[in-house]
Order: sequence, then structure tokens, then C-alpha cells
Amino acid sequence: MPDPHLAEQFVDLRQQQNAAELGLWTFVASEVLFFGGLFLAYSVYRIADPTGFAAAARHTEIVLGTANTAVLLTSSFLVAWAVAAARAQSRRTAAALLWMAAVLGVVFLVIKGFEYRREYDEHLIPGLNLATSGSHATADNLFFSFYFAATGVHAIHVALGIAVIAATGLRAWQGAYSAEYHAPITVAGLYWHFVDVVWIVLFALIYLPGRAP
Amino acid sequence: MTERNYLTVDNTLRSWFFTTDHKRVAVLYFAGITLFFFIGGAAATVIRLELIEPQGHLVTSDVYNRLFTIHGVVMVWFFLIPSIPNTLGNFIVPLMIGARDLAFPRLNIASWYVFMLGGAVTLYAVFMGGIDTGWTFYTPFSTMYSNSYVVLAVAGVFIAGFSSILTGLNFIVTIHTLRAPGLYWYRLPLFLWSLYATSAILVLATPVLAMTLLLMTLDRVGGLGIFDPARGGDPLLFQHLFWFYSHPAVYIMILPGMGVVSELVAAFSRKAVFGYKFVAWASLAIAAVGFFVWGHHMFVSGQSPFAGLVFSFMSFVVAVPSAIKVFNWTATMHKGWIRFDAPMLYALAFIGLFTIGGLTGLFLACLAYDVYVTDTYFVVAHFHYIMVGGMVTAYFGGLHYWWPKITGRMYPEYWARAAAILIFFGFNMTFFPQFILGVLGMPRRYHVYPPEFQVWHVMSSAGASILAVAYLLPLFYLGWSLFFGARAAANPWGATGLEWQTPSPPPPENFALTPEIRRNPYQYTHDGEAVPQNA
Amino acid sequence: MSFGSLRHFGPFRSLGETAHAGSVDLLFGGLVACSALVLALLFFLLLRFSIHYRAGNAAADRDHRIKKSWHWEVAWTAATLAVFLALFVWGAQLYLELQNTPKDALPIYVVAQQWMWKVEHLGGQREINELHVPLGASIRLIMSSQDVIHSFFIPEFRIKHDVVPGATENLWFRSRRAGVFHLLCAEYCGTDHSRMTGRVVVMEPAAFEQWLKQQDVSGTLAGQGEALFRQLGCSGCHGAGASIRAPALDGLYGKPVPLSDGSITVADDAYIRDAILRPRAQIAAGYEPLMPSYEGKISEYELVPLVAYIKSLAGSAGAP
Repeated sequence: MPDPHLAEQFVDLRQQQNAAELGLWTFVASEVLFFGGLFLAYSVYRIADPTGFAAAARHTEIVLGTANTAVLLTSSFLVAWAVAAARAQSRRTAAALLWMAAVLGVVFLVIKGFEYRREYDEHLIPGLNLATSGSHATADNLFFSFYFAATGVHAIHVALGIAVIAATGLRAWQGAYSAEYHAPITVAGLYWHFVDVVWIVLFALIYLPGRAP
Repeated sequence: MTERNYLTVDNTLRSWFFTTDHKRVAVLYFAGITLFFFIGGAAATVIRLELIEPQGHLVTSDVYNRLFTIHGVVMVWFFLIPSIPNTLGNFIVPLMIGARDLAFPRLNIASWYVFMLGGAVTLYAVFMGGIDTGWTFYTPFSTMYSNSYVVLAVAGVFIAGFSSILTGLNFIVTIHTLRAPGLYWYRLPLFLWSLYATSAILVLATPVLAMTLLLMTLDRVGGLGIFDPARGGDPLLFQHLFWFYSHPAVYIMILPGMGVVSELVAAFSRKAVFGYKFVAWASLAIAAVGFFVWGHHMFVSGQSPFAGLVFSFMSFVVAVPSAIKVFNWTATMHKGWIRFDAPMLYALAFIGLFTIGGLTGLFLACLAYDVYVTDTYFVVAHFHYIMVGGMVTAYFGGLHYWWPKITGRMYPEYWARAAAILIFFGFNMTFFPQFILGVLGMPRRYHVYPPEFQVWHVMSSAGASILAVAYLLPLFYLGWSLFFGARAAANPWGATGLEWQTPSPPPPENFALTPEIRRNPYQYTHDGEAVPQNA
Repeated sequence: MSFGSLRHFGPFRSLGETAHAGSVDLLFGGLVACSALVLALLFFLLLRFSIHYRAGNAAADRDHRIKKSWHWEVAWTAATLAVFLALFVWGAQLYLELQNTPKDALPIYVVAQQWMWKVEHLGGQREINELHVPLGASIRLIMSSQDVIHSFFIPEFRIKHDVVPGATENLWFRSRRAGVFHLLCAEYCGTDHSRMTGRVVVMEPAAFEQWLKQQDVSGTLAGQGEALFRQLGCSGCHGAGASIRAPALDGLYGKPVPLSDGSITVADDAYIRDAILRPRAQIAAGYEPLMPSYEGKISEYELVPLVAYIKSLAGSAGAP
């Protein structure tokens, strides 16, 4: 009697799991190139005007950004724990951990929302109400264009990740997974870790310039 | 057909539009790309009609500029890139690998919907009034000056890009994990090696296009000035980002065609491909090196001369693996048992026309000569020789070769050969004069042109009218064969390859029992008898 | 638009309107020869194999098929690489010649805009869609764009260069036959891209001098620039007796300029232009970033005389 989780194009669960993981790594590779293109463009402009970009970066909300970094790192830790729990057959634990991670993801988006609100109030949104003038106008415009593009695209990935993690948590609670078959948790976790890594790079590139002593 | 195969097993609309069978997905893609081929072809027809006269009275310049833009956009993203991978690849890859389906069948059908959605959005942009930036969308014209439906058209391309990435992902995972027992990497048919290389490019290059189009759209919609020099932006940055994708994209387009040609040359010479390992690795080399040549589109753009030197050198290097393939295909024919069925006619045409296209690529890789002919009809002729003379020819060759497997019917052989010859003749008459135009100095994307060039344009347009008829012929006789063609046996060509070890058309599960692979993919006896891989 | 007495297009009808064009045509000949050889060999083999080894010809000798393929592979790969290397070097060397503008070249300014070419000579002579030059002299075109990317293309001279907004581009040539040649835009730039054409008129030096004198000028280019210098307020900081401390412009052109970040750049055309439009991007060492930007306040067309004026200031390397 074949395992009910085994899709008919696969010989056994092991092959299916390998395929799922390879699939997600391949997807991560494409995402690396996606964000890579963005970071490359950003780097080109930053190298062309380092002082301007550093000055503009000082307008970012470093406290909120740091808090968000902690939030995402914690959620990634919870997801990794959830994978271990699934492997140990503790499905309720795994589900709870996944939901907590999803909640932290929502917290991330809420904090991001506050940040965007602050930036709106401070007239830092290019194309909408960017109000810096004089010598800093060019750098501010470019920097904040990239800031909103990068954090916006990242936030979309976070939102998708929250949906995936929450759905996976629900299935885990319902007993869909076992020690032999929990590929969806591993795969969802991998995606979430990737989103986290992108944030770390983004944080370093966008929040930290101009703040070194 | 009374026996059970993937076509007859269920005939409801629902079973087609919710299918996860890779064979049906392939047929769905075939319908889609054929539609886009004729739309892009219609634009080309009007263009060639307009260019008969130097002063152009058929359409206004604004309409002409929209025509060549939409010809490029539709042909590149909605025909050339998906054609072989998503039709022939989708159908044949699991069969060649001895698998039941691709690794992710639901992702496969999802990618078709994504593709069609992207196509619908771009076509909607065309109906609303079109886009006039050229398929290359150079800034700041596209972001700040064009008064056309740039964002809408680009959105369609962006959406379709996901289809590309998902397809590449599916093939990579399939080839890695679903090979039948005994099917080591060096026993894979060369069609799979080239699809694997293509998939690597699909996965790694397409995202950069996505980001480029996103930045361009944000710039245009938000007035951000990311590519506006007056606000610190750099128009050349757009070009670098765009070509970083678009050069590997041309290898996405040609590598599958080369894979098909390897299959055809082996099958119709009844002989193993000469230098199998070299051809396999050449595919990977083309994919890899192809990421390092993008600046050859920018030799006169103002990029540094040093960059020019590097990109020129790398462009010569990337031509070497393609040359290796041509030599190997020719050597395959040496001491073979050559048959001239329609697929082989297409394969031979490919070798000749692709070589011409590739040699003219050397002219363009050569810095000082490129300064003269870049942005002229020389480039237009070069890429049409590769894309149409190469890619489309290979696509038609593969289509005819695997038609019996896909449909269970034989096409009428003499009509097919006549069409192949007519296509060859019409193609050369259309595009060879364009080399001459380029060498004489006629720039591309010109609505009106100096009268000295007219004779060559008239010749080219005459050829195009022949080509148009020639491309319609397969539509008719292939369509006819669906209803009246002779029933096909499992292996009508007597070729090796696992796909011929199952009935024509195959049952939904492809193989009753998973095949066990015992030998190399192109084993023929001395007298040209096929020895299948699982025999 | 009538082309009148223009020479016909044709790489083989002329012996090279410039030395460079002649060399490019020779390179073309070399490329065609290599291609023809390869193609002839390929077609011969394909034809021969197709006929001799066709399935119907059972008598052909199919024994002793080549087994050790890698000797052939290495051989034809090496041969291909060698030929490609030679072609690369040939093309690169000719290309580098084109990058090497002679020091004594006569500068002429070109501003591209949708859909016309505006030309300005140093003496203040202006042309639209025409470029008059003296025969035998090296001409250096200093080009910029008012709006989108265009491309300056003289087919008979076998030269072309994109004209990019926000940048200054350089293109040089030396003609060796008097005549009238085509000027075409070669980068798609909108509706009338294909009508953005003109003439390059090469005249005997004496006739050229005559032509220059006959044009209506409102002062030399540098003279017009000087007027703009005052009008736009530049002299307020850069002039003598200014209250604000600003870098002196006398003798600036062509000299190295130390910047505030420690690097040193050369004051070429691009530097001067960028200094006017984006002064905060590169601040001269020892000076405050006080200069306002003129981006949007001055067109590309007005920048030309202004830059020409600054270049002409006493002691400059590029004084005409």
C-alpha cells in the first residue's frame, strides 16, 4: 500500500523529499539573482555617491530596523525548531512553533508599517512627498527609491511566507505530517530562512551606512 | 483511436484545463505559442509590407514603431523562449527519462496559466494602443518619454517570466531526481543535456529581468528618476541589467534547438552522435560563458574600452562550444545511413543557417567591425538567422520528428519536405539581403529609409511573402494529419531513445513498467539498426 | 529630403573615405574570407556525406568508423580558438585606434535631441543636421544629448557612437576625400528616429575657412560662453574679487584636480559638465560644498558654449 503522501511520479518518499528540497534550493537560487540585481543597482549608485547615500541612510529608523531584525531571526529559530520537532514526531509542538513564527512575521510587517508611516510623516517617500532639497535631493531620492523598492519587495515575500508557514502549521496540527514525511515543513522553513537572510543583507546595506563611529 | 492513450482517456474540458499530465500541458502550451507565433508573424508581415517603399505610406511612424516593438516582445517572450522547452520538452523529457511525469506536475499546469495570463496582459496592451520602445525598453525613453502602454506590456512580460522560472526549476529537479534505474548522466540523450543547461539559465537569468522591469516600472509610474541622469540615474545601468538577462536569454532560445538537432542527426544518420561528451559539456559551457558576454550589445554605448575588450574576447570564446557542436553533428553523418525525411531536412537546414548566423556573430564580436554594423540591419539579419533559421527550424524539425509520438498520426511526408524546402528558400531570400543592407549602413528600426536601399528591401519583402506561405503550410497539413493521417507505430523512425519504447500516443502513465537502462542513448548496429536503451 | 550629390553607399565602391574606414573594410574582408572558408568546408562536407552516405547507397564503406573522437575535438577546437584569437586582436587593435583621439584634433560640439542634430563650431557657427569639416584635419566630436539616447552614425566613415543624456561622448575621424556623406541616427529614439538624418560635408581647408566666415555668428563659442558665465551668476563665485571662495577656473581644463575624498581626477569635458550640473558629486579638495546645481536650469545646448569658455581660459591645455 503506497504511502498516501507519495505522489505517483515518485518511486518512494525519499525521492519525493529530495525533489522537494532540490526544488526549493533552485527557487532560492532564482531569488538570490532577483534580489542580487536590486542590490547590484543599489551598490552602483552608492559607490557613485557614498557620502550622499550615507547621509540619506541616516534618515532610516535604525531602532525599528534592528527590532525587525531580531523579530525575523527569532522567527527563523522557531521554524528551525519546528523542523526538529516534526522529525521527532511532536506534531503539536511543531504546529505551535510554526504559528508563533507566523505571528512574528506579522509583527515584522506591523513594525514595517510603523516605519513607513514615520517616513511618510517625515516626507521621505520619492514620487509622493519627498521633501529634501538642495545638495541632498539627488542622493535622498535615489536612496529612498531603493529603500522602498527593496523593503517593499521583501515585505511581499514575508507576507507570502507567513501564509505558507501558517498553512503548514495548520496541516501539522491536523496530523498531516510524520517523522517520515514532513518535507513541506522543511521546504517552508527553507523559504523562511531565505527571507530572513535577505533581510540581513538588506539591513546591512540600507540601515547601517553612515552610522559607523 | 480505440486504445487508451493520454488523449482519449478523458475528453472533458475540465480534464484538459485541470490536467497535471505533462503531455496535455505540452499540448496546451503548443496551442498558446502557436497563437503568439501568428500574432508576432502578423506584425512582421505589416512591417515587411511597409518597408517595400522607402517613404512608407502604409502606416504612420508611430504605428510602425509599435509594430516592430510588439513583433520583438511577442516573438521573444511568448514564442521563442517557451517554444521548445514547454512543448517538446514538456512532452518528451519524462519519456526520455523513463518517468511517469515531471517532478512537479501541478507546478507545470500552473506555469501554463501564468504564461497565458502574461500573454493576455501584453496583448491587452497591444489592443489598447501598443508600446513603442523597442523590445529592449531602453531608458530614459521608456521611463520618461514614451507615450505608449509601457507598464502594461512590461507587466505581461514580468508575469510570463515566472512561467520561465518554474519550467526551468521543474526540468532541473526532474533530470536530477527522476532518472530511471541505470540512466547515468552520460547515458542521457543530448536533448536533455541541452534542456538542463537551458533550465539553469532560465532559473538564474530571468529573475534579473524581473528586477530590471520592476525598477523600470517604478521609475515610470512613480517618476522616481532611477534611470534619469538629471536625478543621478544612469541610463547605461539599465542596459547592463537588461542585457545581463537578455544575452543569456538568446541561449535559452537556441540551446533547446541544438538539443533537438542532436536527436535528429543521430536518428536520421542511424549513428551515435560523434563526441557525445563534448557536445554535452558544450551545452553547459555555452550556458556558463553566456553569462559573461552581455556587454557586446554595448560596444558603442559609452561603456569603457576595457570593458569592451573583455566582452569582445568572451564573445569569441562563447562561440567555440557552438562550433564544436556543428563539427560534431557533421562528423556524426560521416559513415552513417542518412535518410532525408522532413525532420532531417530541418536539421540540415539548421546546421547551415545556424553556422551562417554564428559566423556573422563573429563579425559583431569583433570590436572595430561592430562599431560599424551595430544598430544596423546586419544585427537584425544575424539574430534572425540564429532565431528563425536556427531555432524555429529546429522547432519544426522536432515537431515533425515527435509528431507521431504526440498525436499518434503520421504527417504527409511529401508535403512536409516541400514545406521545409520552401521555408529554407523563403527564409534566405528574406534575410540574406538584410546582411547586405547592414553592411551598406542601413540602421535598424527605421520606418523611412534612403531610397538607395530599396532594392534590397523589396527582395527581402518578396522572400517574406514566400516565408509566410511556407509557414502556413504545416498548419494545414499537420492539422489534416490529425484526422486523416496514417496511424503511427510506436517507433516509426526506427530510432533509439526511450520515448520510442512506448505506444504512439503514449498512455497517461507513459510506461507500463519503469524501464531499466542498459546502454548509451544512441546505440545503432553497424547496419543502422536501433538498439534501444532498455533492451 | 534630397541627398543631392551624396556619394553612394557601398563598402566596395570607395577606397575608404577615412584611413579608419579603409582598415575596417579590410577587417571586413578578412572576416568574410574566414567565414567563406568555413562555410564552404561545411557545405562541402554536408553535401558529400549526404550523398555518399545516404541510406540507399549500401556500397559506401562504413567500416573503420572513427572511435577516438578526442583527437579531432582538440584539433578543431584549437584551430577555432586560434582563428578567433586572431580576429579578436585585429578588431581590438583597430578599435583602440578609434579610442585614441589625436591631441591636435579640432573640437566640434554636437547636441542631439529628438529629432535633430545641432552642431556648434568653436567660432560660434551653428548648424542643424549638417556638419561641415575641413578635409585632412582630425575632427573630434564632443557629443551630448538633450533628452534620450541617440547614436551618431557616419556610415561612409564606418564610425558610430551613442549619444547618452547625462554624459559627454567622444568620437574622432580624419577624412581623406572631400564630399558629402550621410549622417544617421542609429539608436531608436522615438517617432521620427528614421528622419533624424543629415549630411557631413567635407570641404577643402580654404573652402571651409570661407564657409566659416560666411556664417552668421553672435560671437565665438567661447565668447557666448563668457556671456552665459556672467548671466548665470558663475562669476559671482568664480570670478575675480568674489566674496565666496571657489576654485579658480583659469588653466583648469586638462589638469588634475584633487577631490575631497582623497582621489584625483582630470578636468576633462565630462568633469566640467558634471561640475556644473551635479557639483556635490565631486567636491574639490579644500573647498566647501557650496556650489548650487544648474541641473534643469541650463540646457545641453547652452552647456556647450559655457564649457567651451571654461576650456579656453588662459593656461588651459585645451585652449583653441
